[in-house]
Amino acid sequence: MSLAVLTFADDPIFYLAANLAKIVVFTHIVLILSALSVLAERKVSAWMQDRLGPNRVGPGGILQPAADALKFFFKEDIVPGHVDKVLYILAPAIALMPALIVLAVIPYGPPLTVLGETIPMVIADLDIGILFVFAISSLGVYGIVLAGWASNSKYPMLGGVRASAQMISYEVMLGLSVVGIFMSTESLRLTDVITSQVDGTWFMFSQPIAFIIFVIAAFAETNRLPFDLPEAETELVAGYHTEYSSMKFAMFFIGEYTAMFVFSALVAVLFLGGWDIPFMSNADFEALGNWGTLLGFLSFFVKCLAFLFFYIWVRWTIPRFRFDQLMNLGWKVLMPIALVNVVLTGVVLGWLGS
Amino acid sequence: MPEQAINDYIPVLLLTGFAVSFAAFNLVASWLLGKKALTNPAKDSPFECGMVPFHTERRRFSVRFYVVAMLFILFDIEVVFLYPWAVKFQALGAFGFAEMLVFLGVLIIGWWYVIKKGALDWSSSRRHTLRRSA
Repeated sequence: MSLAVLTFADDPIFYLAANLAKIVVFTHIVLILSALSVLAERKVSAWMQDRLGPNRVGPGGILQPAADALKFFFKEDIVPGHVDKVLYILAPAIALMPALIVLAVIPYGPPLTVLGETIPMVIADLDIGILFVFAISSLGVYGIVLAGWASNSKYPMLGGVRASAQMISYEVMLGLSVVGIFMSTESLRLTDVITSQVDGTWFMFSQPIAFIIFVIAAFAETNRLPFDLPEAETELVAGYHTEYSSMKFAMFFIGEYTAMFVFSALVAVLFLGGWDIPFMSNADFEALGNWGTLLGFLSFFVKCLAFLFFYIWVRWTIPRFRFDQLMNLGWKVLMPIALVNVVLTGVVLGWLGS
Repeated sequence: MPEQAINDYIPVLLLTGFAVSFAAFNLVASWLLGKKALTNPAKDSPFECGMVPFHTERRRFSVRFYVVAMLFILFDIEVVFLYPWAVKFQALGAFGFAEMLVFLGVLIIGWWYVIKKGALDWSSSRRHTLRRSA
């Protein structure tokens, strides 16, 4: 941390090259992981239901996502006659882009040293960190609502309307739950949140109420079971993407699984110590140099994958909520608990500080 | 701090460019590569389990969705107010905490009013129509 960080003014070409390399590497890791988590979803579902799951394409079905993607490209791209064409075509893109842009502020590991320059392992280490995440990830709801509206059909319309109410409601809880963390870190920068956990305790233990609310809200924000009402198969056929086909249909899935990765990463960063490994301090990571970066990188992705597995596990464990239950849980239960958590954190911190 | 802004936001712009081009690539590639087939009235109609739809689906929907949207704006802005305070919480000390308690108290009163008014009751309209039809 004490080393000077590479800036644009020092060496513009090296700076741009390093940033482009980071963007290409991290987005590809995340996109490949989200493709593989589609496969993992099917494999884990199969395992939990005592089936085999996809096992024909490649060893153990590992190439299934690649085969699916190829097939999506060559399928007929239907634009039905009754839709609003411009919005219908734009909606999948709008659903996909915010999930990718949020990746900018996720810290993947401790800073890396290349050619004597320190490069932070985060695409943009913004001082507004978490606010950037909430601002951009909430744009994803536009994609879903516009898809429902532009489709001009019964089930997508209902799915889109439900999605808007659900996602904006749980955004309030999402924002409220993590306020306590920033009261103790005194910074919104996500790397500061991690370094404070590396030397201290994980916020999962010091902010357990916030952790539970954040996890529930993360499930609701990504439209996953038990809160997948916008695309409830048994009621709405496929919800907001009923009228979509070919790659446009797949883009909703890439967006959804990337958003799942983003929320797994946020849980890891905010509550599970990010790249922290138990019994290691910031000084240990710095002493190990680039090996420390590699270890931190692995630790971070292990936490993300564990939480992605949790997503799938919950899907096959808990039945779907009814819409009024979903809204009551959010507004009447989680919201007051989150507010009490903020006040409690204030009292405890004030008491410890004085 | 223009230099700080360059350092912080150039990568965000680059990533935005990547995201836009990735989305555009997917749309264009599937349009170019996809199978072209003749269309027919059944394919062109909304998904409807075999029935012929006879009206547009852009009809009125429950007012509750608007109410939730309005409440979201109120409460989300209040959440955003909490963030600058949270960052400066330890510097502001007891006075800052007391002020925020007053703010949260007002927020809770508003929330209680909303609950009592039934603005967030999703099942009451059903009860109401049942009573009226009986």
